[in-house]
Amino acid sequence: MKGKESKAQILWKLFKATFMLSAFTFGGGFVIVSLMKKKFVEELKWLEEEEMLDISAIAQSSPGPIPINASVILGYRMAGIVGSLVAILGTAIPPMIVISVIAYFYEEFRNNPVINIALQVMRAGVAAVIFDVVLNLAKNVCKTKRILYIGLMVCGFIATAVFDISAMIVILCCLIIGIIDLIIDTKTKGRE
Amino acid sequence: MILLQLFFSFIQVGLFSVGGGYAAIPLIQNQIVDVHGLMTLSEFTDLITIAEMTPGPISINSATFVGTRLAGVPGAIICTLGCILPSFFICLALAFFYYKYRNFSGVQKILASLRPAVVALIASAGLSILLLGLFNAEGSEIVLSNFRPVECILFVGAFIILRKYKASAISIIFGTGVVGTIIYLVIQYI
Repeated sequence: MKGKESKAQILWKLFKATFMLSAFTFGGGFVIVSLMKKKFVEELKWLEEEEMLDISAIAQSSPGPIPINASVILGYRMAGIVGSLVAILGTAIPPMIVISVIAYFYEEFRNNPVINIALQVMRAGVAAVIFDVVLNLAKNVCKTKRILYIGLMVCGFIATAVFDISAMIVILCCLIIGIIDLIIDTKTKGRE
Repeated sequence: MILLQLFFSFIQVGLFSVGGGYAAIPLIQNQIVDVHGLMTLSEFTDLITIAEMTPGPISINSATFVGTRLAGVPGAIICTLGCILPSFFICLALAFFYYKYRNFSGVQKILASLRPAVVALIASAGLSILLLGLFNAEGSEIVLSNFRPVECILFVGAFIILRKYKASAISIIFGTGVVGTIIYLVIQYI
């Protein structure tokens, strides 16, 4: 984290970033998580990649909307409780404005051909951004050269993409495997 | 009175929807359609369609939509607040513990095995939105003849620009939206 920036500057940047991400994110929680990774790790360089992944895992495992959960933790990391509140506002305001406007004339909205085309083609852009992020992340998992981690990643992908197993169960299984890994590690170190 | 009822309904939605937006949908349906009878099922189905089509977290979208329909702008604010409140306190506590203990080697080891899982989950989310883009259908409903070449070109183009020029996510999403819409409109009017 850069020490030069004042707290007000950080809060403003945090608000702007979460607001823009929320305004342009379609679909489920992991879409916004990958956009956050691109924004906060690659563009702003505020966080380490591992940290962003940890935040994603925590956000996924706690109740409530994933983007809000991730914003709370991210905001807390950048500027304490005030940061959390600012990040929540940034994430919540765009959908609130868009939806309350749409709620009044949603028949017209749903049947408007141009809006429908725009929303459909934007998915291609969102998918491209996610695959860009995934490629970087997967490269780094492979760089650990631990078969366990690479295996967890491949199995996790197959489990969710092919067998439709819920994200929660995948995280839980990896948590248990992590704990077993830790126990084995401490035991072998104890013997040495 | 309805505001209070909505507030408590959405606190429950926020508190019990573990696993993101799609987990919240049945909970909201239960609260709004089944328990309190505030909406009909077909209205609710419309709501889900809109919440998925528009940007932002699905549960926030649904909360705002239900609130606006039932009690105007104050309703939208109350429902969203209710939905966010449990998240705020729980995640604040988790963030506190995470930053306090994350440098312990044991915690590091466990977190290290969670990270590949998150990468897998992001990849899987990416694949489903790509399929949605290329076929305009989900999973088992995909029909090969519905393949959309325009979206495929947009995807490949956007991906190349991202890898080569490190473009920002928002400019890419906005750009594909504009370029894609123009292409479709041009095709229609030729």
